Order: sequence, then structure tokens, then C-alpha cells
Amino acid sequence: MKKTLYDKIWDEHLVHENEDGSSLIYIDRHLVHEVTSPQAFDGLDIQKRDIWNNNSIYAVSDHNVPTQNRASGIDDEISKLQVDTLIDNCKKHKISYFDLNNINQGIVHVIGPELAITQPGMTLVCGDSHTSTHGALASLAFGIGTSDVEHVLATQCININKEKNFRINITNNLSSHVSSKDLILHIIKIIGTSGGTGYTIEFTGDCIENMSIESRMTICNMSIEAGAKSGLVAFDSKTHDYMLNKKYSPNKKYLNDAIKYWENLVSDSDAVFDKTLSFDATDVLPQVTWGTSPEMTTDINGKVPNPDDENDSSKKQYMQRALDYMGLKANQDINSIMLDKIFIGSCTNSRIEDLRQAAKIVEGYKVSDKIKQAIVVPGSGHVKAAAEKEGLDKIFVKSGFEWREPGCSMCLGMNNDSLLPYERCASTSNRNFEGRQGDKGRTHLVSPSMAALAAIKGHFSNVIDFVNEK
Amino acid sequence: MKNKIIEGQVIPFDQSNIDTDAIIPKQYLKSIKKSGFGPFLFDSLRYTDPGDLSTTKKRNINSNFVLNIEPYSSGNIILANDNFGCGSSREHAVWALKDYGIEAIISTSFADIFYRNSFKNGLLLISVNKDELENIFSEISESPKYNLTINIQNQTITTPSGQAYSFTISDSDKERIILEYDDIELSLRHKDKVKNYEDNMKLLKPWIFEKNND
Repeated sequence: MKKTLYDKIWDEHLVHENEDGSSLIYIDRHLVHEVTSPQAFDGLDIQKRDIWNNNSIYAVSDHNVPTQNRASGIDDEISKLQVDTLIDNCKKHKISYFDLNNINQGIVHVIGPELAITQPGMTLVCGDSHTSTHGALASLAFGIGTSDVEHVLATQCININKEKNFRINITNNLSSHVSSKDLILHIIKIIGTSGGTGYTIEFTGDCIENMSIESRMTICNMSIEAGAKSGLVAFDSKTHDYMLNKKYSPNKKYLNDAIKYWENLVSDSDAVFDKTLSFDATDVLPQVTWGTSPEMTTDINGKVPNPDDENDSSKKQYMQRALDYMGLKANQDINSIMLDKIFIGSCTNSRIEDLRQAAKIVEGYKVSDKIKQAIVVPGSGHVKAAAEKEGLDKIFVKSGFEWREPGCSMCLGMNNDSLLPYERCASTSNRNFEGRQGDKGRTHLVSPSMAALAAIKGHFSNVIDFVNEK
Repeated sequence: MKNKIIEGQVIPFDQSNIDTDAIIPKQYLKSIKKSGFGPFLFDSLRYTDPGDLSTTKKRNINSNFVLNIEPYSSGNIILANDNFGCGSSREHAVWALKDYGIEAIISTSFADIFYRNSFKNGLLLISVNKDELENIFSEISESPKYNLTINIQNQTITTPSGQAYSFTISDSDKERIILEYDDIELSLRHKDKVKNYEDNMKLLKPWIFEKNND
């Protein structure tokens, strides 16, 4: 039987098949953060259960942490209690924890790959839906709820049903200044937010092969926005190079064996997928979301759609509700949308390549005086240090951006970084749901260079035209 | 054989892609407990003023929101459109629904992580087809006082007029609802197998198990 990459990783981790069709799958790595873990540790205590393998677990606080004045600690007492609870649980169970002032601290989905906690062929879980990010390293990674966090802590396994295989094949290369963020938004626009439900998506084709590991992470990260718990990209020479010389890279004495194992982490050439979507990358333009679901996306040259053009009454109503919430009019030009805030960050787009792309656009320009606030939140201490070494921080600050400490920040606004009611934000994050970035806040999802351009223009504009006219 | 019957008023929530951010907004995820989320269910839709865990004043009710409208305010079964529970993996969404008193949700489809989280907490999710969903919606719009009876063992929903729809649910999910069993206990029955697997993998893939540089 020819196997897909997903089939291979699944089979390799299969411990037991239950009569009802579910399977016990062994989990190699478990990432833990402060928001979805306290109740799981509590559950273990109540049942007097031990942790199966504390060496497989790495913990960090990211959702709830301040991105400025870090030396003075967390002033919100409820947030502080949650972070302190994670620290206590890690001490008690001897789990590796990266403190707020440690250079390894950052968004859990940025630090996992960056430190090589995530490795090809592994199964990896985290109580966070954007765990799909790690699939860019040919690892099977998915988000779980707190009950499953507790289950994995106690058993090192998860009891799940196998998903179906979905291949998305993208030929040719993206045009200059069109990013992998535009590509994944384009895909979600086509297949919808439940188009991947019940599937693991493998992204293939020369577009993906020619893409950097960080760009692949952005795509896998937002697989969940298409309904798929996991996204995958096959192992190749880029994955190989990425895995070397990182904090937790395999011990040198095993490296050759590891590489030999990793080289098999590709779908067999004639493996059968349950579903396939193919398209040409040159068709993809910079994307902007106009509504309150990531599938509500259009090209930068497009217009806000008109609900009257929709025949299905339920969809029409849904579109109208989104327009009302977003304060937009049908048929309005996307590039006429004026912004209040700019957020460059999140597990989708806060890596060094994202910051380089944004800095390239803003260099030599000022943030528009129409913009109330523009912030850059690097994904980790290492990303921050690398950016500062290249002088990106100075470019951003000179333009009028604020340069912050690493964390999830305004992607979900659990800390002090959020939108006020009716504020409109160009955001490099992943969800434009109602209230996501702040009560009644309005989110438009875009790529880092599109967010950067929106900052200097005060409204959306086509980054391709901007660069060509420069 | 043990069974469980869920009976009660339906809450018609005719929207698709109801996400977990809407079910329980982020400011409540700061809690380190599993309980007490009910008052914050659908918080930004249910109230007109913002709130958080430290709010003590009485909130302003949004009288247009379905949970605040009679007879739906006493409901325990939500009827919603496609892809209910999409977005974040936060189990707090399920804890909030349960704590509020929701016992079952009927839709055409559910997001995967939300589906798992629900059954882990004894919240029944029922998938019906588009026609069935629309039938129930239109019957409620005609007679808002609308009680459904859900028989989990028989896998049937019975409407007030006596019409029955059958639904599919896996045997193990059925048992999770009826018997409320402990998933961890069940998995630990295979712990020798897990141990064997692990010992084997330690030989085959030692780099995964040996932690460097700490």
C-alpha cells in the first residue's frame, strides 16, 4: 500500500486500535502554555495521577504576558495568577519552562520549531488550535482541548480517529511581494472555513518546494482556519538545513540516523488522497479579509461584496451581519478602507522573515498620522534579538512603530494590547472573528508587507504597485 | 441497558460559523478553574456592556439576543447553522455551554476540536442534514415554544408534532454521554502496550527521547 506522509506518521505512532475505530496514538512532544493547562494539572492532582514523561513537555507563557515594561512583571493580578500557576506546575512536575525574561520565551508555535523542540516525523500536541503550524517541519501536529492536555500528560497518548487525506497542490511560484499569508487566505477563500474539516492537509507543488520553512509555517498555521486540525509539508533539503544547530537539535551521535529517518517523510509518489485541490500560484494576489470569518477574503484590487448578489438567504444574512459589524458598505473598494491600528505579530506572522518583509516596506517612510497606533511584536526572544542585530527595530521605531517584547499580544488581546470598540486594524494575525482583538474591534487579516504599507498609507493599498512605483 | 433522554426547549440560533471566541471571549480564559463560565456564555452578544472576571456590577442585557428572549431563555438545546464551534481549541467554550445548562447542540456540522471537547464533557452534538435543520428552524419560527426529545440510546430526535429524526453518533461517544466515563482510565488499561511501544522507539529513535543541552 502506498502511503501519504500523514499515513506514515500515523502508522509509526499507532499503539493500539480500539474496537470502535479510534486509535491510541503516541505523542512525542507536548507544548504547554498558561491558558489551557491549569485545569489539566488540577485534574491530575484530583485523580492522583502522575505525568507519563516530563521530558517530552516544554512550557512557556505567551497569551497573557505584557509586551512592554516586562521588568516590572505582570500587573493584572488574574493574568499573573495564571502565569504563576503554570510556573508552579512546571516546578512541581519538573517540566522545562521558559521564563518571561529568558531569550527562549516567545509564542509557543514560534519557539517550538526555532529551538528544534519540534522535529520531523514527530507527533506534537498543544492546547492551542494553531499547533498546526509545526506541520511545516513534516511533523503531525494538532491542537487539543484541556481534557486532552490532561490525557496526554497522564498517558503520553491521545485516543483519536484517523483523518482523511487532502492534498493541496500549488504549481509555479508566487509573484514578488505576494506572501504565503496571501496564499493561505486565498485557499481559505476557495474551500471555506470548514473545507478541511475531517482532513489532514498536505501542501505540495513547486510553489511549496521553493518556499522557505518560515513561509510554510504560515500556511500550516492557518490550516485550522480552513477546518483542518493539521497541515503538513514533506521533508526536504530545506527542512534538513533548518533542523541543524538549534538548541534541541538531535544529539550529534544520532544525527545521521535521524536524517536517514527524516528522508522517508514524504508521501509516496502514487499515494492516494481522498481529496485534491490544484491551482496556479501566479493567480494569487495580495489578500485582505473584509468580514468576520477568514473565508471572507478578497483581492486587494477587489471590492467589499454585495450580500444582494448572494442567492442563499442564510449566507446573505451572514454577509450582511459581517458588513454591519465591520462598518463597511457593499461594493466599497478595499483600498478605500481607512485603518486605526496596525498589528504585526502572532504565531502566523512574527518570525524574522515576516519582520524583514514589513521593514523593507516602511524603511524611509513614516506611519500615517491617521494611524493611532502601530506595533510590532516579535514572535520570540530569538526573533527579537535577530531583528535588533539587523537593525530592523530601528527602522520600525524611526517610522513610528512601537517595538515590543514577544507574546501573542493583539492577536487575541488577552494582555493590554487590544482594539477599542469600533477601531479598525490591519493585522497579520489569523482570526477576524467578532471581538477577537477587542470588544467590537474590527480586524482585517493581511500579510506583513500589506500591514506595513497600510501603516504608511493609512488605508489598504496594493503592495505590488507600491514597490513597482518606488 | 442504560439510556439518557434529553428533553427541553430549543434555542434557534440561525447563524453559521459560530466560533469559540463568540461562545466565550478571551478575557474569561484567564480563569484557572473549570467552573463558573455560564454567566459569560456568548458574553458580547448577550450583554451590551463589556465585562471581565472582575466585573461585579449587574450587566446590561441585550434584549435582542436569542438567549434573552422568552421562551428561549429557558432552553437547553441549541439549534445552529453550519460549522458550529470553529476557531480556537479553548475547552472553556464547552464548559461555558454546560455551566449555562446547554445539554445538546444540533447543527449540520461542527468543528473537529470542539466536537472532541464536547463529548469529553458530556455535551451531546447532533449532526442533521440541511433539510432537517431547516424544517426544525421553520417549525420554531411558527411555534416558539418548541420542545424536543432526544433519545441517545435510540439515536432519535422527536419534535412536538411527533416526527422523529434519527442521527448518527459513534458508540464510544454515546457511552461518553450516557456513562460519563473517564477517558484517561480507559487509555491507561493499555499502559503496558504504551510502555512497550516507547521502549521500542527509544532504541529506534533515541534522539527523540534524549534531551540535549539542558
